[in-house]
Amino acid sequence: MPTIAAAELRLPARRGAFDRERWLTGVGLLLAVALLMLTVALPVGALVGQSLFDRSGAFVGLANFARYLESPALLQSAFNSLWLAALSAVLCTAIAYVYAHALTLSCMPGKGVLRAVALVPLFAPSLLPAISLVYLFGNQGLFKDWLGDTSIYGPLGIVLGSVFWTLPHALLILTTAMATSDGRLYEAAQTLGASRWRIWRTVTLPASRYGLIVAAMVVFVLVITDFGVPKVVGGQTGVLATDIYKQVVGQQNFQMGAVVGFVLLVPAVLSFLVERRVRRRQAAALSARATPYAPAPAPVRDRALLAFCAVAALAIMVMIGMAVFASFASYWPYTLTPSLRNYDFGNMDGGGWGSYLNSLRMALCVAAIGAVAAFLSAYLVEKPRHFGPLRELLNLLANLPLAVPGLVLGVGYIFFFNAPGNPLQGLYGGMAILVICTVAHFFSVAHLSSLAALRQLDREYELVSESMGVPFWRTLWRIHLPVALPTVLQVAGYFFVNAMTTVSAVVFLYSPQTTLAAVAVLNMDDAGDVAPAAAMASLIMLTAAIGRGLFALGGRWALARTQQWRNR
Amino acid sequence: MSSFLSLRGIGKSFGTTRVLDGIDLDIEPGEFVCLLGPSGCGKTTLLRIVCGIEQADAGQLLLDGQDIGRLPPAARGFGVVFQSYALFPNLTAAQNIAYGLQPSGALAREIARRSREMLDLVGLAAHADKYPVQLSGGQQQRVALARALAPNPRLLLLDEPLSALDAQVRAGLRGEIRALQQRLGIVTVMVTHDQEEALSMADRVVLMHDGRIEQAGTPGELYRRPRTRFAASFVGRMNLLDATVLAGDRVRVRDSELRCTPSALGTGARATVGIRPEHVVIRRFGEDAGVNSFAARLLGTEFLGNRTAARLACDPLGIEIEAELPAGDPRGEPLVPSSMVHIELPQHALSVLA
Repeated sequence: MPTIAAAELRLPARRGAFDRERWLTGVGLLLAVALLMLTVALPVGALVGQSLFDRSGAFVGLANFARYLESPALLQSAFNSLWLAALSAVLCTAIAYVYAHALTLSCMPGKGVLRAVALVPLFAPSLLPAISLVYLFGNQGLFKDWLGDTSIYGPLGIVLGSVFWTLPHALLILTTAMATSDGRLYEAAQTLGASRWRIWRTVTLPASRYGLIVAAMVVFVLVITDFGVPKVVGGQTGVLATDIYKQVVGQQNFQMGAVVGFVLLVPAVLSFLVERRVRRRQAAALSARATPYAPAPAPVRDRALLAFCAVAALAIMVMIGMAVFASFASYWPYTLTPSLRNYDFGNMDGGGWGSYLNSLRMALCVAAIGAVAAFLSAYLVEKPRHFGPLRELLNLLANLPLAVPGLVLGVGYIFFFNAPGNPLQGLYGGMAILVICTVAHFFSVAHLSSLAALRQLDREYELVSESMGVPFWRTLWRIHLPVALPTVLQVAGYFFVNAMTTVSAVVFLYSPQTTLAAVAVLNMDDAGDVAPAAAMASLIMLTAAIGRGLFALGGRWALARTQQWRNR
Repeated sequence: MSSFLSLRGIGKSFGTTRVLDGIDLDIEPGEFVCLLGPSGCGKTTLLRIVCGIEQADAGQLLLDGQDIGRLPPAARGFGVVFQSYALFPNLTAAQNIAYGLQPSGALAREIARRSREMLDLVGLAAHADKYPVQLSGGQQQRVALARALAPNPRLLLLDEPLSALDAQVRAGLRGEIRALQQRLGIVTVMVTHDQEEALSMADRVVLMHDGRIEQAGTPGELYRRPRTRFAASFVGRMNLLDATVLAGDRVRVRDSELRCTPSALGTGARATVGIRPEHVVIRRFGEDAGVNSFAARLLGTEFLGNRTAARLACDPLGIEIEAELPAGDPRGEPLVPSSMVHIELPQHALSVLA
């Protein structure tokens, strides 16, 4: 019989240690709250505040807003933004709905390839489809005749380009919504003799209703806050996003920029609130006992869906291929012999290869810092037992970036970090501010993914550790991090891709030493170097895709190496 | 004061809901105490207060005479097994068991020895390097138990430790946990809603109801001498009759007089008398035994393997009575539904409840 005499292993009373742990958790929470205040809440607050002052810094109340309302051009932009975003949202959601339906609820062949093709636009900056549109339908475009007298520069171009680059976002939301549909309901409907149309109307549509609303909201916000597409193919059609840029960068009219930013903030915040509400309802509607639905073949439907998806996928490939193809042409459209002269960025505007390397450096920093920060913030929100109100505040702040358009955040950073007397002013103009801003900009989705991963872990792990006197950081390091590592790497990949492709926030913050690749695309296009712009955009897309792939490989390595326990 | 752990007037509210209301309990060295009760009775909250996860609003928690009510869980040195086991999925059985040993600064060799020792103790030496998903539910349970015991806790707390297991494994583990507890002599407090579990494992069962202790005693006491209606109906089954006390050992039910075990209730008091189904005696009709004997009609029987349950309508008492007979009792009468019989409620088995 074993002896249980190991008195030396008995735990001493460790009250001091406990107090230190609780104190440390509190400090961590305060620090996280302070960081998010500094990087999100205060800059946005600074923007809102600035809209109430004039150029000389005197308080003018709503005078700036009055001037805004008196300017027909600016009002027209706001109106354009609204209807273009709404139209894009409707079109994109409709296409994505059929596409998602085909991917999840049919027996269409080639699902894997079609899904992969539809997700490619995620890796490209929104500038790339716009540049492709110029090559396809612009003044020297291949298919210019198709449009007759209509110009691609304007509403048509904005809607086409927007639908293209937002399609994968809507598709991801809708496939998730449809993949969770309850197989038992389909079986019940079939045994009751319902027709396919009736099943769609009574089962599929209600189950995906929330997904549709969320997808439409997300696309609406993405389009209304996007800057890349209208900048390149907007022509004379002004929108809110380009107005901010013109006011701040072009006319150095920061106050009016703040007003336009505030106007842009309104729809973003509103749809953020609607989306949260809808998501919560959707979560409540999901039954834990749902069984996955395995669709049965239906040749006519499957063929029709295949035809639709094939056309959509072809359009996506043409949009991507056009820019890539043009970037390799010697002199579009006259000399089509392949050459690399457009990749000779050293001789162009926009910072050359330096911009590319800057982007790469920034994206790696953002991936590393962002993934760790999101994991820690999610841990601090989810796991400690104390500090309830503080944890709720942290969660609220971590969700805030979702409601803040990148352009607004960028302009807010100018006001906040460049304000005289701000001790953090030294950051302004450096690489650090670009990294901080990008992490903050994309923080919410990362935070929410990490939170979802941590929520899957038993809450009693903390209690077990606490009852055994093991400090929380040891459990964090030995249990939570290894178990959540695949998610952490996935989040890092998400940050990397977005940091490579983003333009909106950083366009206000880069300096001559810290030019970025996506901004270079913009500047080269502005200067008329469309082919090099296409080349840089293609390079960004390639880099983002490779980066994402490497992080995914890392995730698989982590699974294989540290998670043998998942296999029985 | 020789009690190992004393709870003095423990009270706890969540918002306006009073979850625990003046709990007094003394736990002696070496004792296995079960907190038994329906869900919502406060038993889990009480365990969490003892553990230190929750803090009581009122009262004292004394360990060896020292107030530990304000101490954090870690400082109490108690071992806890949670309902879900909460085994760390990415650590092996041995690593799980060693998890709580590191902070005390013991040598790695010492920790490995202790971990092995605990694995031996729960009979899982062959499974040291398996991950939790590779173990069966019962094995996971035993790892959780070993992990809680490894740091040599002063007190073992078990929160519904068997509820996630299927019936057969549960029955086996009941005996194992009890044997282990007795071998180690460790004071154990277990929470359960399963009366069978409580009766078969504990030295003392503490029956809780609506945040109060309804009755505490040995399993035998609780079963044989329930003091309240709730205790009678929660632990085992009991026929309950509304009665008026006539004298110390006589009560009236409707128009009939019954003799029962003596109670302290005053004449004229309203009371409930109860009798366990297995104590009801069924006789051939006409075999009137005199005291506490009544005519009844057999409504139906139910075969339960080792015994037979019978439902009887007893008009003089105005209730339906349940009786249980050992199966294949040679003296037993063939039970024909709708036939008339005589039942006797033996005086010694008829207890008066508050």
